[in-house]
Amino acid sequence: MSDAPTETTVKITVDGVEIDARPDDLVIDAAERNGTYIPRFCYHPRMNPVGMCRMCLVEIDAGRGPALQPSCMIPVSEGMSVDTESDATKKAQDGVLEFLLANHPLDCPVCDKGGECPLQDQAYAYGPGESRFVEEKRHFEKPIPISDLVDLDRERCILCDRCTRFADEVAGDPLISFIDRGSQTQVNTFPDEPFASYFSGNTVQICPVGALTAKPYRFKARPWDLDQVESTCTTCSVGCRVVVQASRNEVLRTNGVDVDGVNWSWLCDKGRFDFQSIHSEDRLAEPLIRDGDAQTRTSWSVALTRAASAIRGSLDSTGPSGIGVVGGARLTNEAAYAWTKLAKGVVGTDNVDAQLGDGLPPELVLGLPKATIDETATPGGTIVVVGTDIKEELPVLYLRLRHAVVEDGATLIEIVPHRTGLSGIAAHTLTYGPGGAAAVAASLASDQPSAAGGIDADAIVAAKAAIGGGSVSVVVGRGNVADTPDVIAAAAGALHDGFDARFLSGLRRGNVHGALDAGMSPGLLPGRISLDEGRARFHENWSTVPSDRGLDTTGILQAAADGRLDVLVLLGADPLCDFPDHDLARRALAGARTVISVDTLPNDSTRQADVVLAAAGYAETEGTTTNLEGRVSRLAPKVTPPGTARADWIIAAELTFRLGDDLGLESVTDVFGEMTRVAPLYRWLTMGAIGADGVVVPVAPPEPTPVTIGGAGESEDEGPDSGVEADEDGDADVAADPTPERTAPTPAEAEVDGPAVGAGIRFTAPAVEIPQPDGYRLRLVTTRALYDLGASTQASPSLAKLPHGAVLHLHPHDFDRLGVPAGATVKVSNAEGGRGTITVPVESTEGVPRGAASIAFAQPGGPTNELIDVARPVTDVRVEVAP
Amino acid sequence: MPRLSAENTILAREIIARYPLPKSALIPLLHLAQEQDGHVSDEAMEHIAELVEVTPAEVIGTCSFYEMFKREPVGDYLVNVCTNIACLLVGGEELLHHLEERLDIRPGSTTPDGMFTLEDVECIAACTEAPCLQVNYRYFHRITHDETDQLLEDLRAGRRAHEIPKHGTLTRVRQQIPADRRAGAAVPGECETPVWLRTDEPASEGAAT
Amino acid sequence: MSDGTTPAGEIPLMVTGRFSYDDAHTLERSRATEGYEGLRRALDTGPEAVHSETKAASLLGRGGAGFPAGVKWGFCPPDVWPRYLVVNGDESEPGTYKDRMLMERDPHQLIEGSLICAYATGCAQVFLYVRGEMALAQERIASALNEAYEANLVGRNIMGSDFSCDVILHWGAGAYIVGEETALIESLEGNRGFPRLKPPYFPAAKGLYMQPTIVNNVETLANLPWILRNGADAYTQFGAENSKGTRMFAISGHVKKPGVHEVEFGTTTFRDVIYGRCGGIRGTHSLKAFIPGGASSPWLYEEHLDLPLEKATIDQAGSMLGSGAIVVMDETTDAVKAAWRLVRFFARESCGKCTPCREGTSWLEKVLRRMLDGHGRPEDLGLLLDLSDNISPKIAWPPKQTTICPLGPSAVSPIASAIVRFQDEFRAYCGGGEIPTSVEINGKAYVPPEGAPAGV
Ligand SMILES: Cc1cc2nc3c(=O)[nH]c(=O)nc-3n(C[C@H](O)[C@H](O)[C@H](O)COP(=O)(O)O)c2cc1C
Ligand code: SF4
Ligand code: FES
Repeated sequence: MSDAPTETTVKITVDGVEIDARPDDLVIDAAERNGTYIPRFCYHPRMNPVGMCRMCLVEIDAGRGPALQPSCMIPVSEGMSVDTESDATKKAQDGVLEFLLANHPLDCPVCDKGGECPLQDQAYAYGPGESRFVEEKRHFEKPIPISDLVDLDRERCILCDRCTRFADEVAGDPLISFIDRGSQTQVNTFPDEPFASYFSGNTVQICPVGALTAKPYRFKARPWDLDQVESTCTTCSVGCRVVVQASRNEVLRTNGVDVDGVNWSWLCDKGRFDFQSIHSEDRLAEPLIRDGDAQTRTSWSVALTRAASAIRGSLDSTGPSGIGVVGGARLTNEAAYAWTKLAKGVVGTDNVDAQLGDGLPPELVLGLPKATIDETATPGGTIVVVGTDIKEELPVLYLRLRHAVVEDGATLIEIVPHRTGLSGIAAHTLTYGPGGAAAVAASLASDQPSAAGGIDADAIVAAKAAIGGGSVSVVVGRGNVADTPDVIAAAAGALHDGFDARFLSGLRRGNVHGALDAGMSPGLLPGRISLDEGRARFHENWSTVPSDRGLDTTGILQAAADGRLDVLVLLGADPLCDFPDHDLARRALAGARTVISVDTLPNDSTRQADVVLAAAGYAETEGTTTNLEGRVSRLAPKVTPPGTARADWIIAAELTFRLGDDLGLESVTDVFGEMTRVAPLYRWLTMGAIGADGVVVPVAPPEPTPVTIGGAGESEDEGPDSGVEADEDGDADVAADPTPERTAPTPAEAEVDGPAVGAGIRFTAPAVEIPQPDGYRLRLVTTRALYDLGASTQASPSLAKLPHGAVLHLHPHDFDRLGVPAGATVKVSNAEGGRGTITVPVESTEGVPRGAASIAFAQPGGPTNELIDVARPVTDVRVEVAP
Repeated sequence: MPRLSAENTILAREIIARYPLPKSALIPLLHLAQEQDGHVSDEAMEHIAELVEVTPAEVIGTCSFYEMFKREPVGDYLVNVCTNIACLLVGGEELLHHLEERLDIRPGSTTPDGMFTLEDVECIAACTEAPCLQVNYRYFHRITHDETDQLLEDLRAGRRAHEIPKHGTLTRVRQQIPADRRAGAAVPGECETPVWLRTDEPASEGAAT
Repeated sequence: MSDGTTPAGEIPLMVTGRFSYDDAHTLERSRATEGYEGLRRALDTGPEAVHSETKAASLLGRGGAGFPAGVKWGFCPPDVWPRYLVVNGDESEPGTYKDRMLMERDPHQLIEGSLICAYATGCAQVFLYVRGEMALAQERIASALNEAYEANLVGRNIMGSDFSCDVILHWGAGAYIVGEETALIESLEGNRGFPRLKPPYFPAAKGLYMQPTIVNNVETLANLPWILRNGADAYTQFGAENSKGTRMFAISGHVKKPGVHEVEFGTTTFRDVIYGRCGGIRGTHSLKAFIPGGASSPWLYEEHLDLPLEKATIDQAGSMLGSGAIVVMDETTDAVKAAWRLVRFFARESCGKCTPCREGTSWLEKVLRRMLDGHGRPEDLGLLLDLSDNISPKIAWPPKQTTICPLGPSAVSPIASAIVRFQDEFRAYCGGGEIPTSVEINGKAYVPPEGAPAGV
């Protein structure tokens, strides 16, 4: 947790030394910040104190004489004196420790926690030699699984209430509890009701003993074999800070790091455990090229030459518009910049899109006033969530918003196509009929709300009344890909005009925001500026700049399908799985003359590619990444890529070289330096400014100069033994960043004046025409589930089995009309024809509005993308009982 | 194993309505479940969790804290012998041993015929009437070994059924609150100064809620 | 008098007055004997008057702590609503038998007392928390409440006044710790009976649902009707300087006639009740020790017999009147076994929330049990006392604690009492052993027999 200075301070003495404490400090925190660590087991800085374990007892004198008090429960008060070393304190702490150890199995040699166990450490630091406890110890059945990912050893548990408090207070999943009483107390689940929480791994991280262990890590290594670097999770766009821990070139564990602005030390289980995919035996380890039907391994020079000649051929025959680049959300910022420079600055095509037709217009994401996570979670503020289920798509943002609502009195309004993981704590959940988001938002924003989107007026009036005078932040995402993104865009526009709200993007892919900032979208150049706005400047730095706006992914795929595209480059993109319209994707991959895929794991699309370039992935590359706030933070390499796989930016540089040009980029530091020079967005951005917590761009000019410019050195100082240490509270200290000081701006920097960031990106809400629903059809709504058929999940053995599978959800009214028992299977097909049919089980739920048919995207057993035709604004389906 | 019956569910809703917050009804509802089945089944706990809007894990967390709730079936008659200090001094242990012998079971277990469960319990607030025991929480004060034998006798023969209901039924009289007399639950956040404390305005109808 | 009645003596029976009637639990009998007259008077005089009347009577809490009720009521922060009254009828302290009697024999008196308190303090709802194992008390209170609702004595616009208040009968389910007021509140919220930390969770400020909450013992509230009927002046005619009115004591164990007696508070001595009311030690036996105020209180001895049953005096002597539970032990009593049995109680009843109590009390119990089973070791004496010191530092009185609530330290009193007074009995079980000088024992009542060396 950062040490933001507070204006007023309280003076207290700790062991005779006077210190300044914050008015709201607890004694245990004030003492620690001033260098006195009071031992503790139950206290955790991100949860409410309970004062149960009694390990933090110290003598406190608040005026009425010294008395033993739990320092985790007592707020500081002026003139208070604290004695952490008195005989009484020591005796009490030793006593508590002896009590904790009395029934403890002391099986440290075979315990995962051995070597990093606070109980073990305390025992060495304070405890007497051999135990005075000669009685029979308490016995429980050895480790029992409490979920698919977590085991519990009740004999080791010290009943600190951390896991149970986390489950209840933080995750909102009170599925584990204390059971029985007194010395027989245990932590457990209800019989046959596992601790099925998306956040269960956090309990392992905060367990102060080895009671809770993670199956993916059990017996894998001992702490002293691990070394670690601090990095950023790129599983989704929240960008949680993590430590990546590895041994013998294998990543074995990731833990959350406590960053005030982002994840508060928490991680979701997907982000925590999908590191397993790094070492999947399926990883692409060297380039492949197609001859005939087969793909065969080849050398980089052969593969790159083949790729280059395809591009050159297209340039000669068709010109730049014959080439399209799809994807980029997997890349680092530096790789995204390099690939943008290759595509737009060398090849000269503007057919570049980091999104896969399942996102939002970049003008919306970049052009609307932005809110950070902290601003969105402002105590007492209003949060409006539009179009997305944040618990499924951005899990740790869900924790932050949940905390804002449950603990800090924020008001939550949802405008969503189906009930979500947040609906339980939302003041109002407006579940609109497919296509209805815009109408509902417009009605909400108007002076006399009226019925809209299938929601009656009263509900909207009530929601409007709940929107307080305070700040209004809108989290806007696209959970449903079965209707046009314009409905969400129009909704955002209405809320912007109606409440002058600020916006937090709900786009979920790892570095999609970094890719957009790097210009990986039609009409954009690096640094949130439009083609026209930036053309002049980029001509000075690049060989060329696209003459006019190009195609987005849908356009590119359409062109490919129509035979108008020579080269389709897939940057970590799998359109066959992720693009909403499978039929179009299939025709596109067949229609493109050459498909070049740059990826880490094989997927349906790479298997169709003519050239496959094996890329280094997470924990293998250095650089930076950008989260949904626009926060740039560091990525650190910990292990070497498999085979000859190499970093995406290097692949771009080498491909350019074979095209007879030169990106002029020799190192990640080069790329970073050029970005900060040419893109106004990144001006003043330095490795120093990024620091341990990351920094939201644009960065305010540091005054006074001198300025620190990120220079050589990051790569070294993030080496295997970087100074990062994460304890079980997720606190981490990062080695200070030795970036060289540069006193004066370079000429290049001096040039970086010109239009304000994003000034050229104007968001104008589109008008949407939604056809009237036809009573006999149902309208498709797709949802996202945290665990799906995505590559990283499927390549992680501990997660691969977790997707629930596709189930069609209907409103009870429609369900009854269908007249089948719950669980029966039905055939779902596009009512307009021309698309496929899927057969899935059906369930009834109040969670979806009448007339809607809701089904999760990319789940086993239901290729939902077979049903969608992106040419239509909504997807009407016919549902029949399967024979 | 059953959930709460239809009529017990109605009763449960009535009980919940008496409290400012539903979870406060948890213990009364667990008693209701035990009255219905003689013990608290997993299914009943799940049903109660739905009724008071918590998770089953929270219900078992509370349920398992309290000795009176049995999550496994026990005998029709739960015989609790106090052996705490006052009883210990005047024959509590001897009484317990006598019952162990007569029933041929150890404390904490149930006779094969499912008739009796014997327990060695803490003070039951009859200290001046020691030695003493309870059968399904009905007291027997200053009881001799012969009287104890007679009591077992009668219970086996069903002669005490009128005064001692089967295990689970605690009280045979329920509190009834007539709708027209009900002051109403005082819900946090929905109450202002009670009318009878207001000095300014004249007393108005209704409760402080 | 095992039925608890007292021969009409020089002092009025303020809470057990109706016990001589078999139908004292009915509304009819209650009404015929001034039942609800106190409430009527309260409604006539107004809330402030009732509060000051209670303060003037200096009615001390009867649940154990002996805190003045009127003062406690004043701790509720002004203008925070709703407030609640929780009636503590969880009586489970070993040796204690009075609240059950008050609830079974005269439930209307308790209901009336509760309503008087709720009226004075502005409580919008009363929860009558009755110990789970007391089936008859629950039936009697349920019937009484049903009668009282019908008669408009509880509920909406009580007796036609603007005072409206529901009284909800709530049962426990078997957990001694729930008698502790903050655990009682947790239990009433439907949770495990875990005590809350004080500070910050003093019920008067942050109680039930974090609202201001008054917790009073059954006997405490049962005094209010008499006080309201006869006035504070009449009440303070009886009792000693700092302990007014009457008080119920249960005298059990090795006496000829165990029984519950309502006696004048603060003037009656232990000798009066043990030798007077209860006829002295059984048979030809002699007094060894007695527990003056429930299992948690340090033991007293022959030399304490002439102390008056008065709060301050007994506190002074290093023990407490606690819950009015006097348990008498004659010379046949095995001090080690008695101590073990009391410690087993606390070990079994520990809620498990805090470490020293959860692990410490069960450890102490295991050591004592091992000694009784013939496996005592000379070092056990020192071990018992050092573990005790880790639960209750300096083995002082009033006790200090490393625990959250006083339950843990309660297990220390019987051990310290027995070891100090009856060292030889312990040595016999331990094959010798000494009290190590490293442990301090400061409780004033932890005294060796006259003449004998303290050994500490
Ligand atoms: C471990 C423990 C058990 C207690 N048990 C009871 C009890 O059974 N009944 C009771 O009235 N008070 C009990 N108390 C005291 C209560 O906490 C509280 O002080 C009392 O109910 C206040 O009522 P009073 O002021 O009228 O005495 C207990 C306290 C402790 C620490
Ligand atoms: S499992 Fe760990 S965190 Fe949970 S109570 Fe036990 S020791 Fe504490
Ligand atoms: S000790 Fe047995 S009833 Fe109290």
